[in-house]
Amino acid sequence: MPLVARGSRALAERSRKGGAGEASRSRSPSSSQCWQTAPRRSWSRSRDGRGRWETVCECWGLAIPVRCAFGAGNEDLRNLSLSGHVGFDSLPDQLVNKSTSQGFCFNILCVGETGIGKSTLMDTLFNTKFENDPATHNEPGVRLKARSYELQESNVRLKLTIVDTVGFGDQINKDDSYKPIVEYIDAQFEAYLQEELKIKRSLFNYHDTRIHACLYFIAPTGHSLKSLDLVTMKKLDSKVNIIPIIAKADTIAKNELHKFKSKIMSELVSNGVQIYQFPTDEETVAEINATMSVHLPFAVVGSTEEVKIGNKMAKARQYPWGVVQVENENHCDFVKLREMLIRVNMEDLREQTHTRHYELYRRCKLEEMGFKDTDPDSKPFSLQETYEAKRNEFLGELQKKEEEMRQMFVMRVKEKEAELKEAEKELHEKFDLLKRTHQEEKKKVEDKKKELEEEVNNFQKKKAAAQLLQSQAQQAGAQQTKKDKDKKNASFT
Amino acid sequence: MDPLRQPPSPCSPRPSSPRTQSCEMLGYVGIEAVLDQLKIKAMKMGFEFNIMVVGQSGLGKSTMVNTLFKSKMWKSTLPGLGVPTPKTLQLQSVTHVIEEKGVKLKLTVTDTPGFGDQINNDKCWDPILGYINEQYERYLQEEILITRQRHIPDTRVHCCVYFVPPTGHCLRPLDIEFLQRLCQTVNVVPVIARADSLTIEEREAFRRRIQHNLRTHCIEVYPQKCFDEDINDRILNSKIRERIPFAVVGADREHLVNGRCVLGRKTKWGIIEVENMAHCEFPLLRDLLIRTHLQDLKDITHNIHYENYRVFRLNKSHVLPRGPGWVNLAPGPAPSPASPQATPRTMKVCRWTQDNSDDEC
Repeated sequence: MPLVARGSRALAERSRKGGAGEASRSRSPSSSQCWQTAPRRSWSRSRDGRGRWETVCECWGLAIPVRCAFGAGNEDLRNLSLSGHVGFDSLPDQLVNKSTSQGFCFNILCVGETGIGKSTLMDTLFNTKFENDPATHNEPGVRLKARSYELQESNVRLKLTIVDTVGFGDQINKDDSYKPIVEYIDAQFEAYLQEELKIKRSLFNYHDTRIHACLYFIAPTGHSLKSLDLVTMKKLDSKVNIIPIIAKADTIAKNELHKFKSKIMSELVSNGVQIYQFPTDEETVAEINATMSVHLPFAVVGSTEEVKIGNKMAKARQYPWGVVQVENENHCDFVKLREMLIRVNMEDLREQTHTRHYELYRRCKLEEMGFKDTDPDSKPFSLQETYEAKRNEFLGELQKKEEEMRQMFVMRVKEKEAELKEAEKELHEKFDLLKRTHQEEKKKVEDKKKELEEEVNNFQKKKAAAQLLQSQAQQAGAQQTKKDKDKKNASFT
Repeated sequence: MDPLRQPPSPCSPRPSSPRTQSCEMLGYVGIEAVLDQLKIKAMKMGFEFNIMVVGQSGLGKSTMVNTLFKSKMWKSTLPGLGVPTPKTLQLQSVTHVIEEKGVKLKLTVTDTPGFGDQINNDKCWDPILGYINEQYERYLQEEILITRQRHIPDTRVHCCVYFVPPTGHCLRPLDIEFLQRLCQTVNVVPVIARADSLTIEEREAFRRRIQHNLRTHCIEVYPQKCFDEDINDRILNSKIRERIPFAVVGADREHLVNGRCVLGRKTKWGIIEVENMAHCEFPLLRDLLIRTHLQDLKDITHNIHYENYRVFRLNKSHVLPRGPGWVNLAPGPAPSPASPQATPRTMKVCRWTQDNSDDEC
């Protein structure tokens, strides 16, 4: 029997069944329609483009039945049986190859007091020596230090960013300790949001710096959580996946550890802190996640030094009374932490950050900016339109401000001009005054000169007159002597 | 501790950015387990693929789709005597879920009966462009909502298979016009339909002429040369580009040949085996579309064509209609040759290279 006939008969059967169930399907799609079995499925109803109610399955976001705006066509979701090997089972491999060539980003935030062992634990987790100098206890406030590293394992490239809280818990007044942390996390979300809202954006090669996991280091007091811890965790739980761990667990004895753990968990629950829940919906990882969750918070010991144990070298801490092996499950929960954080749930942590925490931030931010999805008439707004309206408003404000500034500027210019004019007038007056005084003085000098010249003239005249008189007198005298002489001569004869 | 794994192949060197230091790991950490996690997540979520077949009636589009996916997607329509030819182009979509070895694929096939069938085929590409843009619009509207869905349904056309009639000469003006317009918005894979009417030499000559035509008119069909990432891709893709357009034959009946059951067409002079590389190039098309480049088709649609559309749309936001955008979207906005044509040509895909660290926060 040719395969085609078989297939078509099955098809005919299905369409018959489909025809009967058509009505029911359009109201409440049966589970065979949507073959995604995730419990996060939910149904909602929304209006489609023509204003008709249609059921929307949240896991696919698919409107059932699928509508094609150009009409025609039967669009029921049917499971079709294949009569041969088609070959799309290589799809997951294609996807993985793509992701491998792009590389992965993973960002860890370590929150804990100075000296609690954050850097050592990171070194131990990733089996390498990240360079960092130990912080002092004298920091005036909490600041965050982010460092990026490139790790490569077989063909997987990981861009790891480790963010450290420097100075956490060192201040005398720790009221604002959590604020820089929250600001940093928000800043990363904001950067991603900005990139997403850009018109020309490149999301696929965007270096994602959003924090995927927050390791909260609890001091091993053995009693309970400190109030600083509670407050900080409460502030962070809606923004990031928190994994609490007990640091320096080799200072607690085993029986105390058990009590300590249960005390911490009960305190977290009673205070409503939502820590990261390891996913238990996927069969392959559900079991391991469930067993590991029981051991939360993980009591870890970090060490980069190696000690000879038996005939192997292993990471451990050597004390006079014994050796604490890091990778020994009886000694501490380091192996569990590594399993959970890296080997089993890394992808889920990233997904949670993107789909839950980032979406929440985005929603809050956009609502704060004034956007809404629906207006009172329950007709959906478009984000772009509201954005345009806001932009016009903003531009209008900007223009108004510009006008004001221009006016002020003009006024100031006028004032200055007036001042300058006055100053100029004064200068002119001064100049005139000076000129007049100068002229007067000149006149005086000239008068004096005239007088002087007159005097000189008079003097000259007098001199001339005097000289004339003198010469006359001389002549007369000479004549007289001559006459005298002549007389004398005459008398002799 | 396990010994260190091998370093990456030298074919894809990626220089490390100045801000990130590369660290040597002294032992096995387990980072590569993230690949398995990815696979599990992908298998759980399932895959989507939307394909559009365009061509004149009678070229074997429906049969080809059935052959590609080895199932009865469509009933091949024979023009009945009483059925009048549709006056305008009507697009029909069919969605099926197919599963193979645990991998679920939601496949949507869009057919275009009536394309090129009228006497006056002017602007026959408008409804198709309109449909493609409408899918982009739908996705865009979902993406810019404030309360977004966890997984936005992807109805964008990932691949358009264009059937060239086997005239043996060269591309017709209709083909050229259509390909020119569509290559800007969607990945187009041209194929020579009904290739069993051409001999092998005629096929080769036809193919050369078509490639020449494509080059002359600057039509970039998939795989586009400008989106090749690294040397491996380029080598692989140039091999494919040499064989484009594939000469294919579609068949959904099985026949007995040498004791094997093969898909083929039975004629008086022999049986044309569909999956035989000596007879036709159907395996190449199938491998390209499904086995090797499916994810790449989706990626290029999402990262490039959709982004182009988004830029175009957001820049023209003063004509944005209220509400879900497809209410009164006339065939169009058929991108005017001016604006978005410039962008895809100059826009190059730079995948995640580490020297892009300067556009981070």
